Amino acid sequence: MTRPDTSRPTLGHLVDGFRRMAPLSLFVIVFGLAFGVAALQQGLSAAETLLMSGLVFAGAAQFATLELWGDTIPLLPLVAITLAINARHLLMGAAFYPHLRDLSSGRRYASLLLLSDANWAMAMSGGTTAARLGILVGGGLALWSTWMIGTGLGVAFGSGISEPDRFGLDAIMGCFLLAMLVGDKRDLGVLLPWGAAALAALAAMAWLPPHAHVIVGALAGGVVGLLLPTARKEASP
Amino acid sequence: MTLSAANGGVLLAIVIMALVTYLTRAGGVFVMARVPIGPRVERFINAMAGSVLVAVITPMAVHGDGGARMALVATAGVMLVLRKPLPAIAAGILTAALWRLVAS
Repeated sequence: MTRPDTSRPTLGHLVDGFRRMAPLSLFVIVFGLAFGVAALQQGLSAAETLLMSGLVFAGAAQFATLELWGDTIPLLPLVAITLAINARHLLMGAAFYPHLRDLSSGRRYASLLLLSDANWAMAMSGGTTAARLGILVGGGLALWSTWMIGTGLGVAFGSGISEPDRFGLDAIMGCFLLAMLVGDKRDLGVLLPWGAAALAALAAMAWLPPHAHVIVGALAGGVVGLLLPTARKEASP
Repeated sequence: MTLSAANGGVLLAIVIMALVTYLTRAGGVFVMARVPIGPRVERFINAMAGSVLVAVITPMAVHGDGGARMALVATAGVMLVLRKPLPAIAAGILTAALWRLVAS
């Protein structure tokens, strides 16, 4: 038996990532359903709605830009809102980069196709590089599949059902992301950057244009982390 | 700039939206592959990673209803004690459901 290479994901890692993401993915069906219903009501065709869910795969941005789809489509607002909401991906990808470093650039950029909040958060929460990549890609496939199933159900039965309540679902996603966040770190040194992130996000919500709060909060937390003295680590090399 | 929805305008707009989204997914990695990663960059990235989630969750806690807030509290509590995500998330969802049942 050859020495196990912990940085190279196998099919097993992908299947494992798919499985670990499956429970949360089931809830994504309802998100997708809500989007399918809302998109049909906005006048998009079933095929267009499915194509958008399949290619864009970014629920928050898809919901936020929904009202732009009419007889004419204003491109600038479409691109601006999509960029503003999805700009957090830039930071998420950058944070995950150490686990992508050893991949060929083809595999590296293919691994990022399905990067989203939930599979990224779970991949960041721990494991070997191969396991993390399995979660990013396999978990991404789980989320993408259920997002498509949900969108499909929404456009198939959309006329018969009213738009489901998304607030309960937002709470589920919030609990999941919080669980990933808490599981991530055990030392109290993170509390200062996280506190700064929370305050900056709230301030951005109050005073900056919509959708800026995630990136503002994340950058504020990063800067505080950068400025903090890392006394403990430097004292015991 | 405005696209007419007729003659494939919708398809073009969807493709543009998908490309913009993919650029955000790949852009951070593209930049990181080109900057030297010293201890300062590493500290920034490490603190920023959790901060992304903090910045996503905080508005839910502040602007959400009582059920959403209690759900987050329950999730954090169970997670801190058990360190297992599934029971923590289940506790959160259950708390939200019970809270809304009682409060409404």
